[in-house]
Amino acid sequence: MLSKIVRTVTNGFIPFIIIFGLYIIAHGHLTPGGGFQGGAVVVSGIVMLLVAFNSQELKKSLRERVLSIMESSGALIFIILAFAGIGTVFFYNLLVGSPIFGRIPPTGPNLGDIWTGGVIPLMNLAVGIKVIAGLSAVVLALALFSGGEEVEE
Amino acid sequence: MKRLVTGWILLLVLVAFLVLGVTLVHPFGYPNTSDMDDYMIENSQEETGSNNVVAAVLFDYRGLDTLGEATILFTAVTGVLLLLRVSKRKEESS
Repeated sequence: MLSKIVRTVTNGFIPFIIIFGLYIIAHGHLTPGGGFQGGAVVVSGIVMLLVAFNSQELKKSLRERVLSIMESSGALIFIILAFAGIGTVFFYNLLVGSPIFGRIPPTGPNLGDIWTGGVIPLMNLAVGIKVIAGLSAVVLALALFSGGEEVEE
Repeated sequence: MKRLVTGWILLLVLVAFLVLGVTLVHPFGYPNTSDMDDYMIENSQEETGSNNVVAAVLFDYRGLDTLGEATILFTAVTGVLLLLRVSKRKEESS
């Protein structure tokens, strides 16, 4: 566990980092970024928690079982969405034109509309859940594996 | 002495080859065939409804590639968790 200054700054920054990561995931079809990038941003916040606090402490709130369920469900949602368009072709974007995420933007530069993109925002969300759970499970497992000699200050 | 000369000759040949290769690369930003790029830039907004063409390529046109990417991540996570859990169990038993 690091000093009180580091812990206080981490506590102040964590909400903003996680909200920024979720924003990148949710706006993957409008702005640069997407599931992988936003998930990595969220996991960087979790790594910050891991550095500032003890890995044993973090293990109480991030359970391995929940993380593995999250990762598997993200992968499953992704594959189910891919198979949903199998009537036409694998990975067919069948939600374009439907009421859910179905609006079609004008060609060329335009203000973004969150209800566009068809199946792409949902896939971004699935991949984001998957990356958050997977990477934080890896980081937590590595920290717990090498644990025992925490930096005392 | 002989090895030194041989080394210098090899180095010169390598440098000449690399310089030749750099000069022969076609200019950046002007691909030889740009039909696919033009098609995606013109039609991706209409076909997928996504303003972000990169996202449209990743999750729609080349979705199978992203599926492979996600599988790689899944395999990596599974491998790490599996390895670390085995070693933890060994410590407990010994």
